[in-house]
Amino acid sequence: MSSSIALSVEELSFSYGGKKALSQVSFKIQSGECTILLGPNGAGKSTLFSLITRLYDTREGRIELCGFDVKRQTCLALERLGVVFQQTTLDMDLTVLQNLRYHTALHGMGRKQAEQRIQQELERLAMYDRRFEKVRQLNGGHRRRVEIARALLHKPSVLLLDEPTVGLDVPSRLAIVEYVHRLAAEEKLAVLWASHLIDEIYPDDHLIILHEGQVKANGMVDDVLKASHAPTIKDAFYALTQGDQI
Amino acid sequence: MTNRQEMDVHSLKELSAGQSCMVSLLHYWRAMWGIIWRELWRFVTQRERFISALVRPLVWLFVFAAGFRAALGLAITPPYETYILYEVYITPGLIGMIQLFNGMQSSLSMVYDREMGSMRILMVCPLPRWFLLLSKLLAGTGVSILQVYVFLVIAWFYDIQAPLQGYFWVLPALLLSGLMLGALGLLLSSFIKQLENFAGVMNFVIFPMFFMSTALYPLWKVKESSALLYHLAQYNPFSQAVELIRFALYGQFNQLAFIYTLVAFVVFMAAAIVGYNPSKGMMVRKGGT
Repeated sequence: MSSSIALSVEELSFSYGGKKALSQVSFKIQSGECTILLGPNGAGKSTLFSLITRLYDTREGRIELCGFDVKRQTCLALERLGVVFQQTTLDMDLTVLQNLRYHTALHGMGRKQAEQRIQQELERLAMYDRRFEKVRQLNGGHRRRVEIARALLHKPSVLLLDEPTVGLDVPSRLAIVEYVHRLAAEEKLAVLWASHLIDEIYPDDHLIILHEGQVKANGMVDDVLKASHAPTIKDAFYALTQGDQI
Repeated sequence: MTNRQEMDVHSLKELSAGQSCMVSLLHYWRAMWGIIWRELWRFVTQRERFISALVRPLVWLFVFAAGFRAALGLAITPPYETYILYEVYITPGLIGMIQLFNGMQSSLSMVYDREMGSMRILMVCPLPRWFLLLSKLLAGTGVSILQVYVFLVIAWFYDIQAPLQGYFWVLPALLLSGLMLGALGLLLSSFIKQLENFAGVMNFVIFPMFFMSTALYPLWKVKESSALLYHLAQYNPFSQAVELIRFALYGQFNQLAFIYTLVAFVVFMAAAIVGYNPSKGMMVRKGGT
């Protein structure tokens, strides 16, 4: 086992009743690496996230976070995980600060440490001055920033983002994409970013193409392009998924 | 991987597990307090919810009970030592009503949180799920106790006064009854997939539980009209919770009611934990949190 492997998914399968959502999915993500999980709606991205976060039970296959089995060592594994879900999970009637304090309490952080971490993360995203505002008063982009700050408060080793830019305007989207890529490089964070937007992929990213619950490609962007004999990611995606729309 | 490397990985895992245990008590305490604080804060800042929670029992007390006073004669029954007004009899039942509605309200908010996604943040934090549910339950019970004491203060000015020490002894009774009714709500919320289905809970759980209980009439009075209703009321856990509160409010301990309520709480809570377990419960069938 390499010490830099932060997330390992092995032969993972999942069904909703008789409908197969994931089939024999396997991949590994290293620290400091930004991995884009590319797939159209219904590819199984959100199901995969629910399994990694233990919202669903892993019945076939195995998931390890920093060496801890998510099924058997759930708490130890979840301690190392930060998540930004597709839907906003902030409490609209609480302020930014109250939402973040709630998260630090759930992660057992003391008041002093919590305040310090909240300030650091909010300042990095230029949201510290807005900490006393109710979340309801923030626009979509700012809410996303708060959710990213919250996911990082307990210094996770792995950050999961499930289509975090959906519904945002272009500048907000680009800012978040750039910020998360920088985080992965500077903080040695392993990032798994589910997306169906090709322009969110950087040339040096790790790319996983998921289609109908199966991994169709898994490697660095260049390697995926070479293997699929395609000049662009869009072409590679079409080739690998037989022309399905992203 | 060499044996040495395997051992290192193994030791690292054990070390992390050990460190985790050392800090866990403080972690548990902070998380529980965080959950309780959030629930209390939300309640006191939602003024409409606070007022509507009080209006319901007050209408029953001021309108329904006042109207029934003349129609219903009550014999002396424990814990009362003299003839009492119907308003006095109904007060513990209305306290139970506050907690029953609050328990269901909490479960409603769980369904809402699940639909809206904020429940996920709770469920992915690194603590056992049973503990998170218990904390959520305690938080909801705390809110209901707050409502009950405000109701009791208003009732005091309406001349419905229990012995002073009763206001102290009723606290542990409220804690247990609140936990039991909250656990029932939690259990129901694990079955309910959509918010729309919650109307069924009102019709099939809250109303039957309330009306088929000792909240409005004593058991002997129910027996006079129907033997079946008498048995239903007798074995209704809500009746036992109301009796626990009624006796505690007069500084007395009702052992049967205590055991019955405690057992009901354990059963409901255990079932709710199973219901929320990703490996076993309803979540598997629903494919959601």
